[in-house]
Amino acid sequence: MNVPDDLLYTETHEWIKREGDNVRVGITDHAQAELTDVVYVELPKMDRQADAREAIAVVESVKAASDIYAPVKGKVVEVNKALEADPGLINREPFGQGWIFVLKIDNPEDLKQLKDAAAYKKQIG
Amino acid sequence: MRDGAQKTTPLYDEHVRRGAKMVSFGGWFMPVQYTSIVQEHRAVRNNIGIFDISHMGQLIVDGSGARDWLNTMLTNNIDKLDVGAGQYTFLLNDAGGIIDDLIAYRIGDEKFLLVVNASGTEEDFAWLERHLRLSKEGLSQDRPGGLETAAPWNIDLTNRSAHFGGVAIQGPRVVDLFHALLGDNVDLPPRNHISDFTLDGMALSIARTGYTGEDGVEVFFRAEDAAKFWNTVLEKGEKLGIKPCGLGARDTLRLEMCYPLNGSDLSPERNPIEAGLGFFVDLTKPKFTGREVLLKMKENGPPQKLAAFRMEGKGPPPRPHYPVLNNGERVGEVTSGTLSPSLNYGIGMAYVSASHAKIGSNIEIEIRGQKFPATIQKKPLYKRS
Repeated sequence: MNVPDDLLYTETHEWIKREGDNVRVGITDHAQAELTDVVYVELPKMDRQADAREAIAVVESVKAASDIYAPVKGKVVEVNKALEADPGLINREPFGQGWIFVLKIDNPEDLKQLKDAAAYKKQIG
Repeated sequence: MRDGAQKTTPLYDEHVRRGAKMVSFGGWFMPVQYTSIVQEHRAVRNNIGIFDISHMGQLIVDGSGARDWLNTMLTNNIDKLDVGAGQYTFLLNDAGGIIDDLIAYRIGDEKFLLVVNASGTEEDFAWLERHLRLSKEGLSQDRPGGLETAAPWNIDLTNRSAHFGGVAIQGPRVVDLFHALLGDNVDLPPRNHISDFTLDGMALSIARTGYTGEDGVEVFFRAEDAAKFWNTVLEKGEKLGIKPCGLGARDTLRLEMCYPLNGSDLSPERNPIEAGLGFFVDLTKPKFTGREVLLKMKENGPPQKLAAFRMEGKGPPPRPHYPVLNNGERVGEVTSGTLSPSLNYGIGMAYVSASHAKIGSNIEIEIRGQKFPATIQKKPLYKRS
């Protein structure tokens, strides 16, 4: 299972990529493999505030709907509209074109709470 | 990972070996998918798929009076069955509510095989056993002194589930597969019939039935032959595009056909008339459990009906328990829902008040507080093109 070293991770299987004051967020390769066949993505509203670990998006597979959480406190500044037409991007390119939203983070210190690749690898065994 | 309380089928090791994702279902540890629900679904619609159904129960009702007695226990008319034929039928409680839906096969003059849902096996058995005992006692009360002319039940009820495994093999190429397995001159039984075969020392009971809307069979065998039969079928079926399939695809396939799932679409609070399955209830039979309630509901018309619907326009797939609305007013609740892999839009079934259950009616499905448009559709939702 692919777990890129340059990303941060949550226990709930989001990946986080630091981009200056922002973070880009998606779900991991492991998560998409568990869900399989993503058929619908409910994106968060632009400009909304989110608390850390607040459910702000939904990814639906054939079988079930799964909440996607904001990894840290921040404001939604970008959402991946391409997922509306092609939700399967999450399966095909979980770390690339399958990203879900971008948060402008309140406090970069919050990122220290997240897991590094080694810790996430350990979690998914 | 493996919960000690969960039962496993004789194919458990094969599922794990082939990398299936295992989940708990009705007290059983079952594969939900091997690779992808959509791929497995398409394999069944286009070629062929094999499902483990060993969790389903097999009850045998055998002995003089079996036919008459079963006709009082089940809704369909068992007298319509020739030896070797089967029928879909219901086991009802006294209020006409559905304990289980099942297939009853007549496998001898007075011998029947009941194939029941996994979660229902023990309850069905207990219910039947209790009523068999009651009817025997009732009979001896009616005929005191053991009159020679009395024709007492002499029925044995046995639960054979632990001794047998089963698979469903479904898809348009199933006949080709069985010719490859059994020889070109061997014919599968006709639709809804069951026959016995032997393959390489394995005793097989093959029923031409299924839960997918495709041509197919359900095969029962001794539990110890399960892995061998499973692997033989996958090997012979490889050229035909066979795929091992999980419960996920089983659910999307059956829902496209509007076949009900007990526990979701059917329950002890719902009866076959509300569920739109009156075809499998013979109200002309003089006596069967639940008859009076069903007769009354048929006369008055059910207040709610199990209706099929499709989502209109883009939106999330419907899921069980989502509210069904009409002009903002709640008129029902979704019992099954998914994105249809064949149709590529959201489909489902819901109990909807009769006035909103007409084909073509506009409804809304409430999903996470938002309303999405849908329309009531004719069953089945999917038809082969």
